[in-house]
Amino acid sequence: MGKPILEIKNLSAKVADKEIIKNLNLTINAGEVHALMGPNGTGKSTLSYILTGKPGYEITDGEILFHGRDLTTLKPEERACAGIFLSMQYPVAIPGVASNNFLKHAVNAKRKYEGKPELDAAEFLKLLRGVAKDLDISAEMLKREINVGFSGGEKKRMEILQMSLLQPKLAILDEADSGLDIDALKIVAEGVNKWHNNDNSLLIITHHQDLLNHIQPDVVHIYADGHIVKSGDKNLAIELEKSGYKAFVDTKE
Amino acid sequence: MAQKAEILKNLDEKYKYGFITDIKADTVPCGLNEDIIRMISAKKNEPEWLLERRLKAYRHWLTMKEPTWAKLIYDKVDFQALSYYAAPVQKKQPKSLDEVDKNLLETYNKLGIPLKEQEALAGVVAVDAVFDSVSVATTYRAQLAEKGIIFCSISEAIKEHPDLVQKYLGSVVPYTDNFYACLNSAVFTDGSFVYIPKGVKAPIELSTYFRINAKNTGQFERTLIVAEDDSYVSYLEGCTAPQRDENQLHAAIVEIVVMNNAEVKYSTVQNWYPGDKDGKGGVYNFVTKRAACRGVNSKVSWTQVETGSAVTWKYPSCILQGDNSVGEFYSVAVTHHKQQADTGTKMIHIGKNTRSKIISKGISAGFSNQTYRGLVDVGINADNARNYSQCDSLLIGSACGSHTVPYVRNRNKTAVLEHEATTSKISEEQLFYCQQRGLNEEEAVGLIVNGFCKEVMQKLPMEFAIEAAKLINISLEGSVG
Repeated sequence: MGKPILEIKNLSAKVADKEIIKNLNLTINAGEVHALMGPNGTGKSTLSYILTGKPGYEITDGEILFHGRDLTTLKPEERACAGIFLSMQYPVAIPGVASNNFLKHAVNAKRKYEGKPELDAAEFLKLLRGVAKDLDISAEMLKREINVGFSGGEKKRMEILQMSLLQPKLAILDEADSGLDIDALKIVAEGVNKWHNNDNSLLIITHHQDLLNHIQPDVVHIYADGHIVKSGDKNLAIELEKSGYKAFVDTKE
Repeated sequence: MAQKAEILKNLDEKYKYGFITDIKADTVPCGLNEDIIRMISAKKNEPEWLLERRLKAYRHWLTMKEPTWAKLIYDKVDFQALSYYAAPVQKKQPKSLDEVDKNLLETYNKLGIPLKEQEALAGVVAVDAVFDSVSVATTYRAQLAEKGIIFCSISEAIKEHPDLVQKYLGSVVPYTDNFYACLNSAVFTDGSFVYIPKGVKAPIELSTYFRINAKNTGQFERTLIVAEDDSYVSYLEGCTAPQRDENQLHAAIVEIVVMNNAEVKYSTVQNWYPGDKDGKGGVYNFVTKRAACRGVNSKVSWTQVETGSAVTWKYPSCILQGDNSVGEFYSVAVTHHKQQADTGTKMIHIGKNTRSKIISKGISAGFSNQTYRGLVDVGINADNARNYSQCDSLLIGSACGSHTVPYVRNRNKTAVLEHEATTSKISEEQLFYCQQRGLNEEEAVGLIVNGFCKEVMQKLPMEFAIEAAKLINISLEGSVG
């Protein structure tokens, strides 16, 4: 077992005075793939926003450590540069900003943070072409304005492209499989598997099993009512697929 | 933890180009009267006809009142407290850059426009650099002269090409046009003159940098561009000004005459000192810019990036007189802190099949206020005239204002006029998305804003576009936090 990358201890948090996360505990070690499964609308995405520092969420109790360091004092961009990546459920469009230009800014922001020289246009393009090819992203698509008029599948592939470019230590995939057909799902999964190694870790947030057929989880957590109600190995996801959430949530209560 | 896309923090960054060059200025006493005008004219060794024009304009100006219709609030200018002429003291007219005052060249270096380098850059841009009021260095003139192109200061043109100047000066913007134009006609000191002969395409982009320097000196720039039949020219103008506490008045006139099948592109990056975060100091910019498409198929496009000035009053316009002539206006205006801008365009359709296009992008931050004010006027004979207007506003923070005032006057049934307008805010979702990818808030705002004005930025010549993008980012520093 690798060293812990992410440790969430007794976390409670609220948004707009409503308590969403209630006493949540989760440790993810290097090399591990965790799946967080739960019904829609129960605050799974909230957890991803709290981890990445999105404004508007207030931590009322507990702590979050990233590589043993308190995460909550860092700005969103510092968390990103330190190695936390969130593949968003609904990536937002930024009109007028070409995807390749956006990606170059992102890559260079991280390099700057790490004290490395920024890549010039030619160097970046070389890097980008290699990664884009694996995800079946064309040069044409890279010229389009980021997420503007993208299909669901295109958006998700663009997210994974960014993950591959930025090489995070912890990637959170929030409903990375929604809106994907089987072929696109495979491409996304292959991209993730290619990135994943013993040194980094993955938190997959999903409400169904599809993606987990392609990315093998080490630990599956069932999430309900603001915390984890049950954890197990990959068989738990299969069990869940058969019996539905109701069995687990009801059991608890 | 709650970081809202709110303004008002970290607002103390200084105007990057705020420095004063130590050069003796040869100024005339403060105040405005006929004697002062005679003195300016005498200092410039002007012919009698020009003095007469100046005096005529001055006498008319005395009868005029400052316009008040713009959505601008500012302390009235005391015209008697200004000095109307300042020229850097130099022994003789320099023949090359080596003869130019070193301090002056240093000033340009600080602005990032080293003339020496530009000269060495083998004919990319020709610079007729204006420092305060008098041209101090002109490059590439010989290269242009081979093609018959005249590119010099208006003062020189008055001496060397009096027939052309007499024919066209004031023909697009008459001295009676408006209060500030009338003042300019009385007291203008210098500016640029461009003449492109029939059938000639200017081989390089023509460029001028302007800079206000001497204390309390109004800058009354006067530019005249004439493009004869079948000619083409792209002209660039860029401005910065050193930091001052007093308001500095800038009331320029730019006139463009375009004949049959000719095309003029006029691009501006305006970066006059905008005042501090409390609105103190800063340049008043009351400019009259107008182009007359006099020939068939003539075309003019104005592209402007406005980031500076405390107060901007500016409506680059096109008179589409010749049949099939085309007028375009592409504008990005950025206001921050307590800046105010009332800017837009006028498209006057007179000829048949005339077409115009207006793309205006306004970005407001801080406590600034911005108004797009435009007129599309279609005359009785302008059959099949077409206009497309698009005015987009982007707000940063919740204390700024943005207003759109599109006037339309149509007297021809065959005209087709379209207008679209949007107002949006930089969303927290967009900011967060950029931050999640490692960009800090300022980088994120810069990227989003540059995306917002891409349509206009693309119209700028490449090297100008890069400079303009940087300027926009500098202007918006500290707008979120």
